Amino acid sequence: MHVPDGFFDAPTSIATGVVAVAAIGVSLRGARRELDDRTAPMAGLVAAFVFAAQMLNFPVGAGTSGHLMGGAVAAVLVGPWTAVLATSVVFVVQTLMFADGGITAMGTNITVMGVTTVAVGYGVFRLLQALLPKRVALVPVLAGIGAFVSVPVASLLFVALYAVGGAAPVPLDTLTTAMVGVHSLIGVGEGLITFLAVAGIIAVRPDLVRGARPVLVARTLEIRTETAGASA
Amino acid sequence: MSARTAQGVSTRAVVVGALLVSLLLAGVVSFYAASTPDGLTKVSQEQGFAETETEHGAAEGPFAGYDAGFLDGDRLSGGVAGIAGVLVVLVLGTALAYGVRRHSDASNDAGTDAGAPRDQTQV
Repeated sequence: MHVPDGFFDAPTSIATGVVAVAAIGVSLRGARRELDDRTAPMAGLVAAFVFAAQMLNFPVGAGTSGHLMGGAVAAVLVGPWTAVLATSVVFVVQTLMFADGGITAMGTNITVMGVTTVAVGYGVFRLLQALLPKRVALVPVLAGIGAFVSVPVASLLFVALYAVGGAAPVPLDTLTTAMVGVHSLIGVGEGLITFLAVAGIIAVRPDLVRGARPVLVARTLEIRTETAGASA
Repeated sequence: MSARTAQGVSTRAVVVGALLVSLLLAGVVSFYAASTPDGLTKVSQEQGFAETETEHGAAEGPFAGYDAGFLDGDRLSGGVAGIAGVLVVLVLGTALAYGVRRHSDASNDAGTDAGAPRDQTQV
């Protein structure tokens, strides 16, 4: 869903640029709490994986394709603040090195495909995690569901931005239907890739998956409760 | 970093393994990716606003369009571009992560010369 140059007017591009810079600034502070000597190696790795996966366009119907956005998988693996930084690195490199996504649209792409999929994907993931049984095996499933939801929501944000600052007049109802329709299908791929990636790391090192930590903690407490009796 | 856990797989092994997967995806599997327009491009064509797209400022770069244009052959030029991208993103992402990470025990002994804000909890 890389937005090229020319789709949005200057004020909208500047506004999303400001949002992106602010999100990165806040994330630089937030990521301090997520990154330590043990987890820092994972951050660059997650960015590299998201970049690689974004090269893999998969078909989603006649004459159309889509690819991973990556916010949800990054957030579950390394935490939401670090995920904003990791996906932003991906979009900046894609724009400047590969001419994928417009230079004036960099803020739009970071905001729509990075920040939004991180926020929605991680938000849905944590909400489900709070509601459902605390099982490690559920972490990849919930990550996949969060990822699935994040893509059509990102496409809705695109429509909203287009309503404000799109370069050409387009009927909003048909634009909404078209964008959410195709991106719901792309979201299925997003969910599957996210599930596989998170399940792969969980299988060998669940402690390296940040989104699994609350579940791992709960499991530890459970064991202590059984041996030491009830604890306040 | 080299500490092994109960699971027996070191962090380094996980990082190296996942990096190899990423290089394989970008360098080889990407050749088989769908070449049809992506969701937004398709919608912009159908809704009639595709033509507002303007020329990309970096369109003449050596890797523009995920294609190492200085190399012959689609498979080679695409694969090299993908691998170059993975490595660039890896280096930048890792440098950023190490730049913002909080330092573990070692920094307490060596003093906080990196300017890490200390908690006010030392009583």
